[in-house]
Amino acid sequence: MGDLDLLWGGLQAAATPENLMYAAIGVLLGTFVGVLPGIGPAMAVALLLPVTFGLEPTSAFIMFAGIYYGGMYGGSTTSILLNTPGESASVMTAIEGNKMAKAGRASQALATAAIGSFVAGTIGTLLVAFFAPKLAGIAVEIGAPSYFAVMVLALVMTTAVLGASPLRGFIALFVGLTVGLIGQDLNTGQPRLSLGLPQLIDRIDIVVVAVGIFALGEAFWVAAHLRRTPLQIIPVGQPWMGRDDWRRSWKPWLRGTALGFPFGAIPAGGAEIPTFLSYVTERKLSRRGDEFGHGAIEGVAGPEAANNASAAGMFVPMLALGLPVTATASVMLAALQGYGIQPGPQLMTEQSDLVWTLLASLLIGNTLLLVLNLPLAPLWARLLRIPRPQLYAGILFFACLGAYATNLDAFDIGLLLAFGLLGLTMRRFGLPVLPLILGVILGPLMESKFREALALSGGDYSGLLSEPLAVVVYVLIALLLGVAALRTRLVPVRADAPDPDRSDDELVSR
Amino acid sequence: MSTSIDTPRIDRGQYVLAAVLVVVGAFTVYDATSLSVGFADPVGPRVFPYVVGSILALLGVLLALATARGSLPEPEGGEDVDLTQSPDWVTVAKLVGVLAFTIATVGLLGWALTGAILFAGAAWALGSRTLIRDVLVGLVLAVGSWYGFYVGLGIPLAPGVLDGIL
Repeated sequence: MGDLDLLWGGLQAAATPENLMYAAIGVLLGTFVGVLPGIGPAMAVALLLPVTFGLEPTSAFIMFAGIYYGGMYGGSTTSILLNTPGESASVMTAIEGNKMAKAGRASQALATAAIGSFVAGTIGTLLVAFFAPKLAGIAVEIGAPSYFAVMVLALVMTTAVLGASPLRGFIALFVGLTVGLIGQDLNTGQPRLSLGLPQLIDRIDIVVVAVGIFALGEAFWVAAHLRRTPLQIIPVGQPWMGRDDWRRSWKPWLRGTALGFPFGAIPAGGAEIPTFLSYVTERKLSRRGDEFGHGAIEGVAGPEAANNASAAGMFVPMLALGLPVTATASVMLAALQGYGIQPGPQLMTEQSDLVWTLLASLLIGNTLLLVLNLPLAPLWARLLRIPRPQLYAGILFFACLGAYATNLDAFDIGLLLAFGLLGLTMRRFGLPVLPLILGVILGPLMESKFREALALSGGDYSGLLSEPLAVVVYVLIALLLGVAALRTRLVPVRADAPDPDRSDDELVSR
Repeated sequence: MSTSIDTPRIDRGQYVLAAVLVVVGAFTVYDATSLSVGFADPVGPRVFPYVVGSILALLGVLLALATARGSLPEPEGGEDVDLTQSPDWVTVAKLVGVLAFTIATVGLLGWALTGAILFAGAAWALGSRTLIRDVLVGLVLAVGSWYGFYVGLGIPLAPGVLDGIL
């Protein structure tokens, strides 16, 4: 088991007192930011990126790992106590979790979410350590045509198959690809779409794009629609679970993990599907099915584990292929690029020390999360009371700080503002954010693989189909697009017969 | 957004978006025509922008068609988002103004002062009326982050007029 040795080596590199401190800071900062209403894990990572600027890569990664899991956990705390899930992946947690909280079982809901996340995150990370090197071993063998095809597949899946409206998904994707064109062409050095501005010729910092779209865009959108009547917050004590809660939780944790990980690992992006499947499974398997809808602990334990397992699973394509499939993964990949690390199938071989340290940090961050956050939960819950004007003013402040600190140039705050307005526009028109950010990051990579493939064939476009794997992937894409088209035609039928769970959840959030 | 059920539900804003997409797509294609292609590079820097720009323009046209057929966007919900009320664009404009002020003055006044104004201004725009407290919080955040970046990370943010004092 060479991989286990490597992971052990990563653990040793990561577990110095200094690095443990960075992990702890990361977990605390991540949870702090993640608990704040309106901030999901992707935004938490994007906002906190500048904090890691001065650090060496290893320490920075360890902090990322902490921020990442902290942000995830913070999000579930919010959805249990506020019943307004900040992101689609916590919708299922909110249904039963908030009912539990209202019935005076907030402590148990938070505890099963925290411990379930820990179980799922740990198993998930070990699975990543097992699968990613195997996949990377195959990935380095595949040539430019196949790699290009796989990237197209990842984009099509996240754009057309997942979103509510494929047309809007593709609009977001191509806006992102256009943004990715801005700056010097990587082969010839000629500026494209730069309007003669030197800062644009130098290519835009992806951190600025991500913070603009996620943080500023969200703040603007909230500003336009600020809730005048404050939401009711449920007070919470120390999280704990009785014997009965443990007995009812452990199986959903494991089932949730089993459902969540594969969905995270294939480039299907997002935790919506596995959390939903987990919720339905638990309701079906539970002997107290009647409790569902009134605060069944299984309904929190399962989806929450599924959410975290899929969050761990996304590291497989990210580390093995350099393909981000979720918003958070793309922000983290952007951060890697900040350290001069190019995403792609070579990541695992060329930067193997870093990758193993990152995986080990994920295990450490996950453990610290449990140790630190169970006692701190009442404190986090109080953060939900921060008055909204100051909260969003703070988000704007830190977004500008982050953009400004990247190059110490006021121009970057201007760019941030521009992308913030783009983010606002996208929320207004229901354009999904994920395809855009994937387009910005994968666009340049796709173009270089595309040109590499065609250079090999001397400019003949059949070169794109010169590898069997590429052909297989294109067939798969065609099938997926067919399914998506079929689904669009079936939508009116679906709207007539709404899913009982969906309508449940909508009633609750009204 | 016009969501009243009596009037035909067409979101006219989407036509504007569609037009912008067509223009941006066309500009992308036009911009790419000025690029020169090297000898060793059979594809060159043009093809990708051609493809991206023309598909973007095409998507703009498709969006216009979909809008005419009554396709409505699904605006994003969230914890602090109340979609039942009509949007308040004045607040957004104020925030944009605050940010524009930040861009204009960060080099001159320095991060410690501009950041404080940014925080207090944004809080005010969002409806806070505790100005003195917001300014104090802003100052603490801005001066704190200035020192944090300078001492902790070794990144000197602009000192501005406070050069020598900080």
